[in-house]
Amino acid sequence: MINYKNHREKIDKILKKEISLQDNVQYFLNRIEENNNLNAFNFVFPECIDKAKEIENKILSGKYGKLAGMVIAIKDVLAIKDKPLTCSSNILKNFVSIYDATVIQKLIKEDAIIIGKTNCDEFAMGSSNENSKFGNVLNPYDNTRVPGGSSGGSAVAVAADLCDVSFGTDTGGSIRQPAAFCGVFGLKPTYGRVSRYGLTAFASSFDSIGPFAKSTEDTALILSVIAGIDKHDSTSSNNPVTDYMNNLELNKKLTIGIPKEYFTEGLNEEIKNSIFDIIDKLKNNGFEFKEITLPHNQYTIATYYILTTAEASANLARYDGARYGYRIENPKNLLDMYIESRSKGFGKEVKRRIMLGTYVLSSGYYDAYYKKAQKVRQLIKNDFINAFKSVDVIITPTTPTTAFKIGENIDDPLQMYLNDIYTTSINLAGIPAINIPIGKDKNNLPIGMQILANQFEEDKLLQMSYFIEKNRLLSH
Amino acid sequence: MSVTIKDVEYIAKLARLKFEEDEKEKLCKEMNQILEYMAKLNELDTENIEPLSHPIELNNVFREDEIKQSVSTEEALKNAPDKDAQFFRVPKIINVE
Repeated sequence: MINYKNHREKIDKILKKEISLQDNVQYFLNRIEENNNLNAFNFVFPECIDKAKEIENKILSGKYGKLAGMVIAIKDVLAIKDKPLTCSSNILKNFVSIYDATVIQKLIKEDAIIIGKTNCDEFAMGSSNENSKFGNVLNPYDNTRVPGGSSGGSAVAVAADLCDVSFGTDTGGSIRQPAAFCGVFGLKPTYGRVSRYGLTAFASSFDSIGPFAKSTEDTALILSVIAGIDKHDSTSSNNPVTDYMNNLELNKKLTIGIPKEYFTEGLNEEIKNSIFDIIDKLKNNGFEFKEITLPHNQYTIATYYILTTAEASANLARYDGARYGYRIENPKNLLDMYIESRSKGFGKEVKRRIMLGTYVLSSGYYDAYYKKAQKVRQLIKNDFINAFKSVDVIITPTTPTTAFKIGENIDDPLQMYLNDIYTTSINLAGIPAINIPIGKDKNNLPIGMQILANQFEEDKLLQMSYFIEKNRLLSH
Repeated sequence: MSVTIKDVEYIAKLARLKFEEDEKEKLCKEMNQILEYMAKLNELDTENIEPLSHPIELNNVFREDEIKQSVSTEEALKNAPDKDAQFFRVPKIINVE
């Protein structure tokens, strides 16, 4: 059983010998086994139990890392040395990493225990975890519904108590949307806040790595560990890293923006009401609210899918069957090897996006689509720059609906893309955002609320989230 | 601007992908539907807007060109679909008549 509410308490209880770390890791391994039907994990590492005794001794000796004994699951797009890295794709089905991603190095250095790799949409492309070679992941609240995507397995691993914390990646909402559908915290940091070294590239100017957790405190603790510049990633930022964990108390009441474009038609009434309920409670607690406008919001999905498919088509060109990954048997010649290996190795959605990306970059269409979208990206970013001149943070819904049924959107790619209406703008602007679980709808499905802040102001996000959590403004 | 089956075949060739006839028709329909939605951007006047290629302000990152230990041949070949002791093996590139 889990009888701690965050990592700080877990350490306390290990020190008081109320928790045995070995029992705790065994408990999670058993839970993973019992909940096999959810299909949250691609690979489980039962040998991690061997680390438990060693780390428990370290804790008892008083010399231990910040994440000592925290049991963590990793989305199967991040490299862990000598472990499989498949991106839930047939094209990488036998691939084994030869090095650790920077985030993994940092977790191991702080004595975390890595329990396995989680299921996701193939190459992180999808909003429902229905595009995985390992099959669908099920929502723990209703097994006929999706967990969200692309980091579906990671969201479920935390929601169903299969680990303490998990890692996902977010290119257009792939942490926040599954966090909303599964009722957990999910943080997408500022672009460049966390090194991408060892993350399989999807859209390089959008991809961010972040945690799923059951509390703001654990989210802040994780960010403190993984943030920072890295010589292996030239796009990682040298912006100073705050001690987020010990800086969770607000020292002034923040001004909160409500963008009118995010509360129009298409937003489920129950979600809208739950968010306005929190807004009312925050007003009663002295927070100031301002209506703001993000006028280019209606162009975000189009801009996002032009730019990310373009970047993906270039990034995925490396899978050619020559140096690693799947190669067909007895290719007739080199070109045949490329074409057949790629066509058999990639799944449907990945091929669709490579086709779209190649089209928007092709001669004659480059200016009309790609360059145009880059210009609109500037306008979308400017909207946020303007908004943050008058507010500290922005509150929005995370998703237009709660978790939808498996199969509901699978035959309509455009409809599936439109699910990302509240999340993609954040990646276009490179700002941070967090999903907070704020309640349940009438079908007992989790509802998520999103808080956004300006670039590198994760401290404000986490302080807001902590205030809401600590003062029990949540309705569940 | 609407995508034809011929365009799908041309783009597939560029992307080193291959599709069955029924897949081509479906892709053609889907790409048209998605690109029509993307054409929404033409409503905006972006004449004097600079294209944004990266969301955060970045400067070029330079470093000394120092020799450091890198991946060994053995490690680099670990995931190769076909190899000999030192090299990746691929189908013959030069055609001999």
